[in-house]
Amino acid sequence: MSSQTYHLGFERPLIGLEQEIKDLEAKVASGETELLPAIKALKEELEKKRSEIFGNLSRWDRVQVARHPRRPYTLDYIERLMEDFIELHGDRGFRDDPAIVGGFARMGKHKVMVVGPQKGRDTKQNIMRNFGMMHPEGYRKALRLFRLAEKFHCPILIFIDTPGAYPGIQAEERGQAEAIARNIFEMGRIRVPIIISIIGEGASGGALGIGVGDVILMLENAWYSVISPEGCAAILWRDRAQAEKASEALKISAPDILELGMIDRIVPEPAGGAHSDPVAAEDMLGREIIKELDRLTLIDPDKLLKMRLKKYRSMGVFTEG
Amino acid sequence: MPWFRKKLKGPVIQPPREVPDGLWAKCDKCGEIIYKRELARAFWVCPKCGSHFRIHSGQYIEILIDEGTFEEFDAEIGSVDPLSFVDSKPYPVRLKAAREKTKLNEAIICGIGNIDSISVSFAAMEFGFIGGSMGSALGEKVTRAVERALERRIPLVIVSASGGARMQESILSLMQMAKTGTALTRLHEAGLPYISVLTHPTTAGVMASYASLGDVIIAEPGALLGFAGPRVIQQTIGQELPEGFQSSEFFLDHGFVDLISPRNELKNNLSKLIRFMFESPK
Repeated sequence: MSSQTYHLGFERPLIGLEQEIKDLEAKVASGETELLPAIKALKEELEKKRSEIFGNLSRWDRVQVARHPRRPYTLDYIERLMEDFIELHGDRGFRDDPAIVGGFARMGKHKVMVVGPQKGRDTKQNIMRNFGMMHPEGYRKALRLFRLAEKFHCPILIFIDTPGAYPGIQAEERGQAEAIARNIFEMGRIRVPIIISIIGEGASGGALGIGVGDVILMLENAWYSVISPEGCAAILWRDRAQAEKASEALKISAPDILELGMIDRIVPEPAGGAHSDPVAAEDMLGREIIKELDRLTLIDPDKLLKMRLKKYRSMGVFTEG
Repeated sequence: MPWFRKKLKGPVIQPPREVPDGLWAKCDKCGEIIYKRELARAFWVCPKCGSHFRIHSGQYIEILIDEGTFEEFDAEIGSVDPLSFVDSKPYPVRLKAAREKTKLNEAIICGIGNIDSISVSFAAMEFGFIGGSMGSALGEKVTRAVERALERRIPLVIVSASGGARMQESILSLMQMAKTGTALTRLHEAGLPYISVLTHPTTAGVMASYASLGDVIIAEPGALLGFAGPRVIQQTIGQELPEGFQSSEFFLDHGFVDLISPRNELKNNLSKLIRFMFESPK
């Protein structure tokens, strides 16, 4: 699949306009400057249409945006927003899990530990990265880096984009459940600020295993759920093809999760989604992260932990009699 | 020594009294037909093959907690339907059916009771209530069980049986893993013991949160334990799963439980562990 020709179904009305503009621009370049007003009009129409389409996405549409192969991934954010990134490898127990990357970096005036699952851009990379699905050693590598961050007083930045923890024989043999549980527990007591950004897919325990922190940001078109729409459809409707229905029932889009109080803020994406202008998307998230870094690094660690525990203590909706 | 000859010093172990309708039960594993009264006396373990029948949360209280010492807490906490979730049935309909079937308000009973004369914060999950799934109400009850142990400075024992997080509460259910998991950090830092007992089956969201976080983890024999369900794994890798995969014994072999305890020894093992962990150094 060429990244140039990949379009989501609902983006189709935009393609013709984009092509038209390109053709006219080529003519302008060869001297037909009288076409400039026409280009301007077409561009306005394009932007209007784009806002219209992206302003009315269904939850399932957003899932497609979150999975777009040109969407920025963890390493793109690191490259754009940080300096002096030194990638660190391995869980010191079994192996290095390439489905997750992490290391020291600098962001503005802050030294940070940055960690996040990494997807591949093509089949070869995706096989190497296991499509961003971690094994237990991936969670254990993350925990090792969190502890390093604590030792060296670095705030932790986590980017979440994973279709889930890998469900396989070896993952079970090495304790996938224990690895996730341990991370949740330890992230409840790491004494440096933890800033979580859900940038794409936030699937279930696989995401939560690196998802406990002081502030949770979520990109406009990212999704976060207890189970993937396909997994839910397979269980409740006994048919994976009902994923669209499941995505509606699960209420997995950013506005839903904000309304339920499970994240702190939605970070807007460029009008056509993060893939339409990755650099703009990266910068928009970067500004929010810096704000949080500036704020959270001023808070005393004891108070920070108390606030973090209180935040999770209050999550849930139930009745008492 | 058989349990019925145990004298004063050891835990007083009562077999469960509740015998459901019908006089005979059939073992799913070996097909043996067993007189139910005999089965109850044997802690609902097949006398022929040792297979552990699934029992109710209330029966774990009878088996593990000293007679007459259990006081239930938070029974009134129940689930609501914050997402207006509908699949083949609306969630409130499922909840109502589960309440009628189990006579419980949620998939867990929590309270305080004695194990061999030591007061513990105790919780037992009910698989019959929507697969023992964890939603907001269950997460709150587990968290309060942790807090009761903290406030009273007593050990925590949780008997788990769960298919995972409750899909009908989506992200709220997922966050119960974080709520319960982070609540346990406070118990840990207070130096109080937590023993997690895993029964058939304990998987997914519950296994990947408080069930895996015991200071000591005990499993009943032959329980299905794991993160992903066997069907999901099989579909992902497209091959047959090895024999005994994701059993208690598999978990013991791979280092994820401390011991496997037959049901009739469970109380004795809990008692010994709690006394050891809770006794002040002399």
